[in-house]
Amino acid sequence: MSAPTRQMNMIEAIRDALDVKMSQDPDVLVFGEDVGYFGGVFRCTAGLQEKHGLHRCFDTPISEGGIVGIAVGMAANGLRPVAEIQFADYIYPGYDQIASEAARLRYRSNGDFTAPLTIRTPVGGGIFGGTTHSQSPEALFTHISGLKTIIPSNPYDAKGLLIQAIEDNDPVLFLEPKRLYNGPFDGDPHKPAVSWAKHELGQVPEGHYTVPFETVRQFSEGDDLTILAYGTMVWVAENAAREAGVNADILDIRSLLPLDIDAISASVKKTGRCLILHEATRTSGFGAELSAQVAEHCFFSLEAPIVRVTGWDTPYPHAQEWAFFPGPKRVINGIRKVMDAG
Amino acid sequence: MSKTSNQSRLHIPEPPFRPGDTPDYSYISVPTAHTPPRPDPLCDDYDTMEHALGLIRVLRFNGEAVGDWNPQMPLDLMHKGLKDMMMTRAMDDRMFNMQRQGKMSFYMKSRGEEAVSVGHAMALKNSDMVFPTYRQQGILINRGASIKEMMCQCLSNSGDPLDGKSIPVLYSFKKHGFFSISGNLGTQLIQGVGWAMANAYKNLDDIASVFTGEGATAEGDFHYALNFASTYRAPCIINVVNNQWAISSFQGIAAGEGETFAARGTGFGLATLRVDGNDLLAVYAATKWAAERARKGGGATLIEHFTYRSSGHSTSDDPTKYRPESEPDIWPFGDPIERLKMHLIAIGEWDEDQHAALEESCKKEIRDIYKSAEALGSLSGDTKVDHYTMFEQVYEELPRHLRDQRDLFDEEL
Repeated sequence: MSAPTRQMNMIEAIRDALDVKMSQDPDVLVFGEDVGYFGGVFRCTAGLQEKHGLHRCFDTPISEGGIVGIAVGMAANGLRPVAEIQFADYIYPGYDQIASEAARLRYRSNGDFTAPLTIRTPVGGGIFGGTTHSQSPEALFTHISGLKTIIPSNPYDAKGLLIQAIEDNDPVLFLEPKRLYNGPFDGDPHKPAVSWAKHELGQVPEGHYTVPFETVRQFSEGDDLTILAYGTMVWVAENAAREAGVNADILDIRSLLPLDIDAISASVKKTGRCLILHEATRTSGFGAELSAQVAEHCFFSLEAPIVRVTGWDTPYPHAQEWAFFPGPKRVINGIRKVMDAG
Repeated sequence: MSKTSNQSRLHIPEPPFRPGDTPDYSYISVPTAHTPPRPDPLCDDYDTMEHALGLIRVLRFNGEAVGDWNPQMPLDLMHKGLKDMMMTRAMDDRMFNMQRQGKMSFYMKSRGEEAVSVGHAMALKNSDMVFPTYRQQGILINRGASIKEMMCQCLSNSGDPLDGKSIPVLYSFKKHGFFSISGNLGTQLIQGVGWAMANAYKNLDDIASVFTGEGATAEGDFHYALNFASTYRAPCIINVVNNQWAISSFQGIAAGEGETFAARGTGFGLATLRVDGNDLLAVYAATKWAAERARKGGGATLIEHFTYRSSGHSTSDDPTKYRPESEPDIWPFGDPIERLKMHLIAIGEWDEDQHAALEESCKKEIRDIYKSAEALGSLSGDTKVDHYTMFEQVYEELPRHLRDQRDLFDEEL
C-alpha cells in the first residue's frame, strides 16, 4: 500500500526531502547563502534550522568555492552535506571544487576517500533574471566524469530524486528548474500561472521514498515522434505536441548522467523520429550528446534527421527573455521539421 | 637588479638575485637570542600579532636550544625526528635518481623542508587528518606509512595502492591521516577546514591540519579557508610553507612586498605564528601550541613555516635557470638535519660517527625497500598495472556508459 500523499509544490517537495533525510540521519547537514534562519531566497530550507538546529542548517559566507570546498571535506569525513548554490549562475567559483575535487576524489585516491555530497542549485529562466539568474549550465557538468547530474521536472520526482541524491555515495549536482517551483509551466508566459495543486505530480508521498537515477519518466505516450526533454522543457513539450496535433512519446530525461539510453533508444526505435529540447544554449549543449547517442543507437530506425530546439547561443537576455526561451512556437516548428522530413 | 627591470610605471616584483649574481642574504635578520614570547594557547588572537611578524626559533646555530618555545623534547623523540628527516631525504635522493633512470615519470623532493613535515607530524595525533601538498612526505615517514607502498605509488606499479591512477607523489593514506593530494594547488585548504568543521559537529577531539606553499596562497581557496576557519572557529591549523620559490616565481610574486604570509591570518581574526621552518624543535613547539588551541576550542592558527626549497620544484625543473646556483648553500637558516644534529652533539647525545653510520643505514634501508618495490614493476619496463582498473572508482558502481566503454576497450585488446 502506498504512503499517504500531501499536495506540495516543488519548493515544499524539496524541503520535505531535506526534512526527511535530516530527521533520519544526523550526518545530513544543509548550508548555503541565506539558507539558515531566513530559509533560502526560494524558501527551500524554510523552517529547517528551527526544527533541526543551528548546527544542522546554517548560513555561509558568499563564497561558492568555499561552500563546495567545505562540503568536500565534510563528505570525506563521513557527513552527507547538502550545499545550496543560490543560483546556478553563481556556481562557477565552485567549479574547480566540483570538477577537480568532488568528482575526482574517489578516483585519484582509488576509493580511499569519497565525496558523497549533494549540490542543489536553481537553473533556467522565466523569472526575468537576465544573464546572471537564468543560466542552464548542465552541459558543463555532464562533461565531468565522476559527477552525477540530475534535474527533476515536478514535485514528486524532486523529492524522490533529492533523497536518492543525498543517499548516493557519489557527488550529485541537483538542478532545480526555478520556473517550475510553484507550478508547471507550458512555455506561454501570458497565460495565468498554474499551481501544482491541480496536478497529480504535485501529490507527493509523505516520508521516505526514492526515484532511482539512470531512469527516465515516460511523460506521455505516442507513436508519431519521440521528444527528449528535461526540466521546464518537458512541460513546454507537452503543450507544443498538443497544439501541433501529434502523439508524442515524451521522455523526461531527469537523470542526465547517468543516462538511461535503453529507454531513449527503445522509444526512438518505436517512433523513428526524434526531437531534442533544452533551454540551455545550443552549441555543445546536452542535446548534442543526446543527438549523438540517438544517432549511434537508432540510426537505422530514423525516418528523419534529429532536430534540436534550444535557447540561442547568446547570453540569457533580460528584456528579450521570451525571445530567447525556446517556447511553444519554436518547439512546434521543430516538431513540424521532424514530422515533415523523410 | 637586471637591466630589464621596471621600465614602466607597472610594478613587477623581482627576486633579489638571479643566475650570475652573488646572493647575499645579510638583509634577512636572523634573530639569535630573542624570539617572541610563548603566550597561552587560548590567548586572544591579537595577542599573536607580533608572532606574525617575528620568527619563533629554538635552535641556535651553536646547537643550543633556548627560549620560551623550547619544547623540552624527550631524547628518544629527537632521535626519531632526526631519523625521520634522514629517511625522508634518503628516499627523496633515491627516487630522484631512479626517475633520472626512467623508472618513473616524475618526482618531487622535499630537501631543506624536512623539519616542517616531520616536526609538524610529531606534534599531532595520528588521528588528526593532514591535508598536505606534495612536499610533506615526511609526515608519512613519521607516521610509519609503508615506504614500499609510497615507492610503488611513485612507480605506478602493481603494488601501488592507487592502481596507477595518480601521478607520483600524490599519495593518499587515509589510514595514516593523510588526505589524498590534489595536483590542483590550494584546493585542500578549504576541504581541510570542512573536515575540521565535521569533527567539531561530531564533537570529536581530532583536528585537521592543512598545508599550502606560499605560492598557492594567491588562490581563492586560501582566502576561503581563512574566512571559513574564522567564521566557524574550525579546529584546524593552516600551514603556509614559505620555501621562497613557487617553481620559478619567488615569494614576492605571491605576496607582493607586503607583510609576511603569517600576517594574512591577522585580518581574519586567526592566531598567527611565524616559525623558523628549518628548526625542528621550533616547528614542533609551534604546532603543539596551535593543536592545543584548536583542540580546546580556540579555533584555527595560521603558521608560516619560513624555510627554503633547496632542490628544484620537481624532476622537471632546473632551478639554476632562475636563481643563483649557490643560493641554497648560503641560505641563512642552514639545513634542518644539520641543525638538529648539532643540537644532539652539543648536548652530548650524538656524534659525527653515529651520524655518518645512520646516514649510511638510511641509504641502505631505502635501497633495499626500493629494490623490493621496483620488483613490482616500473615505467621503464612493465608497470604490471591492470588497465581495466582505469574504469573503477570513477563512481561507486559502473554506470551503463562506462560498462559500454569498457566493452569497447575489450575490443581494442
